[in-house]
Amino acid sequence: MSKPRVAIFDFACCEGCQLQIVNLEEEILDLISVVDVVEWREAMSEQSHDYDIAIIEGSITRAEDEHRIQVIRSRAKILIALGACATIGGVNKMKNNFNLNEVKRCVYGKDADMPHLATTTTRAVHEVVPVDFKIHGCPINGEEFSRIIRDLLLGKKPFVPDYPVCVECKAKENVCRYEYDEICLGPISRAGCGAPCPTAGFRCFGCRGMVDNPNVEAAQEVMTKYNLTVEDLKQKTVLFNSK
Amino acid sequence: MSKNININVHHVTRIEGHGNIVVNITDGKIEKCQWQVPEAPRFFEAMVRGRRYDDIQTIVSRICGICSISHSLVATRAVEDALKLEVSEQTDLVRHLLHYSEQLQSHVLHVGYLVAPDLFGEKSVVPLVPKATDAVKTIIKAHRVANQMSALLGGRITHPVTLTPGGMTRIPSNEELKTLKKELEAIVPDLVTICKVVLSVAAGLPDFTRDTEYVSLIQTHPRYKGTLTEYTFYHGDIISNDCNGAGAVPTSKWESVANEYVSPQSTAKWTKWHRASYAAGALARFNNQAEKLSPLGKQVAEMFGLKKGCCNPFMNSVAQLAEAAHVVEASLEIIDKLLTKGTKPEKVKVAPRAGRGHAGIEAPRGILFHSYEFDKNGQCVWGNCCIPTNQNHANIQLDFEKLVPQYMHEGEDALRQKMEMLVRSYDPCVSCSTHYLDITFVR
Repeated sequence: MSKPRVAIFDFACCEGCQLQIVNLEEEILDLISVVDVVEWREAMSEQSHDYDIAIIEGSITRAEDEHRIQVIRSRAKILIALGACATIGGVNKMKNNFNLNEVKRCVYGKDADMPHLATTTTRAVHEVVPVDFKIHGCPINGEEFSRIIRDLLLGKKPFVPDYPVCVECKAKENVCRYEYDEICLGPISRAGCGAPCPTAGFRCFGCRGMVDNPNVEAAQEVMTKYNLTVEDLKQKTVLFNSK
Repeated sequence: MSKNININVHHVTRIEGHGNIVVNITDGKIEKCQWQVPEAPRFFEAMVRGRRYDDIQTIVSRICGICSISHSLVATRAVEDALKLEVSEQTDLVRHLLHYSEQLQSHVLHVGYLVAPDLFGEKSVVPLVPKATDAVKTIIKAHRVANQMSALLGGRITHPVTLTPGGMTRIPSNEELKTLKKELEAIVPDLVTICKVVLSVAAGLPDFTRDTEYVSLIQTHPRYKGTLTEYTFYHGDIISNDCNGAGAVPTSKWESVANEYVSPQSTAKWTKWHRASYAAGALARFNNQAEKLSPLGKQVAEMFGLKKGCCNPFMNSVAQLAEAAHVVEASLEIIDKLLTKGTKPEKVKVAPRAGRGHAGIEAPRGILFHSYEFDKNGQCVWGNCCIPTNQNHANIQLDFEKLVPQYMHEGEDALRQKMEMLVRSYDPCVSCSTHYLDITFVR
């Protein structure tokens, strides 16, 4: 059997998720022995239009990028959204909370109307083309990436948790961030990261998106217990979970 | 030799972000020679408005995955400047360590994975795996140690979560620091090995020079005088070889140094100070403070014949190797200082207040500035960032304008390769600056 051909493409993002692939260090040598990486601009000079799996990093923010992702989709058998910018729009969607012309003027001033600075409403990849799998996080977790790719190669459906970060945070025996007067998004955010942020003394800010059906009642209970409101919680979701 | 050349590199590879190179030469006459930056703009300065002072570093860290630690650090310090917060010596030292881990990681990544393939005549590091297995594994090992250091100090490798205005959410224990010290000591010989491997192919670095202005920080913090950290990536004022003893400029006045403007060739803003362009990055830092490098850093520079005042942009990769060696020795010095007193957790209490603050820092690829203003409730009302790669775009363009006439006789392929290598040598991080590189040859 020939090795699956994999291509990695980036759109509007920080390219930190590609970096987590590089950060697999020695393990990347094993991964590249079972797939053919045919295009990966950040790491290699080769290019190809012939691939089985397309891995997409970044959000869609321009008309030309919408066209580009459609072409990639038409060529790929499997399309994977990599990281928060691709899976949920991530920080790029904060832009959608403002008027687009005002945002351009804020950054580029009198030059805002130059054609090459055009921007559209930020969209996650699945809001433009069908996505087969999502690898969550900002950045992604390298181990999870490696596991999902191995599952796909073995024909298994990759497991993606649909329970909140609190589950993994409790398992780490962390003291709840609410005890430190912080608003933590752990109760409504998708787990799978292993709760590294609360473990390092920092609140969860929801970079893996929310669970499919957030337990609003439980979240409300937490907010009431700490004299906070659901509005306070919503304010914190602006960072990674704007519409 | 054809007198017509037509280069059109759309999205230069092995760089962070997107850039294009376009060259049209007809009958030996250069009609077009451009460095274009078409990265999708992301509008961070607009997006931070309305966010609380303690969410800023989390947001702007996402400007760049490779220099997320520098962005988080400079944002945290700009917020602290606005809120008039002082941090403890312990926090300052731990932040230095975190910052050194990023310099090491980024420099090893850039030289080992992105530049070395050019010198070995390969298109990526992948074909080097079977050809130079030990060298690649040594590079991976140094990269892994740097990343583990970031994870220990930043809570995770990329986009750190331990930085907060006023302090650190987590201070490493003495035991963790002792383990880190052993790991860093163990990679010193590996770094020397990497340098020797690069030296064996260093003849591939073009002998091209163009006199330009080099801008970097210069140390002003009394705590670090006479230490290895005097070679600064973190504290200090802005200086260049054109200052002629006129004194350095405080980072709060960075806008008067960068003089940002919008180029029709670029979605990233460009900058200029005393001349039509300036360079930032490892070579700029080296040129402004080479005598303060650590012993091993100096030794590496000497191996390659790198001397203060060098104006060959391709030598930036060599300056990065010297700095990689330097930051390991500087980190060891700081770890010893922390261990002498012993570390302890800190409690951070912050009260919001109205004000504007600024900070400058050296990201691996050059000097980086952030400024923010907050209202009395601590909500951000204004932000402005100036990224190192932006500060190099105009300099890359002017290098192109000298390089193309000098090397066009070598033909299209050789010229294209030199232009791509030149761009890579700046270690551009175009996502930062916004994103892009594209070369075009016309036949």
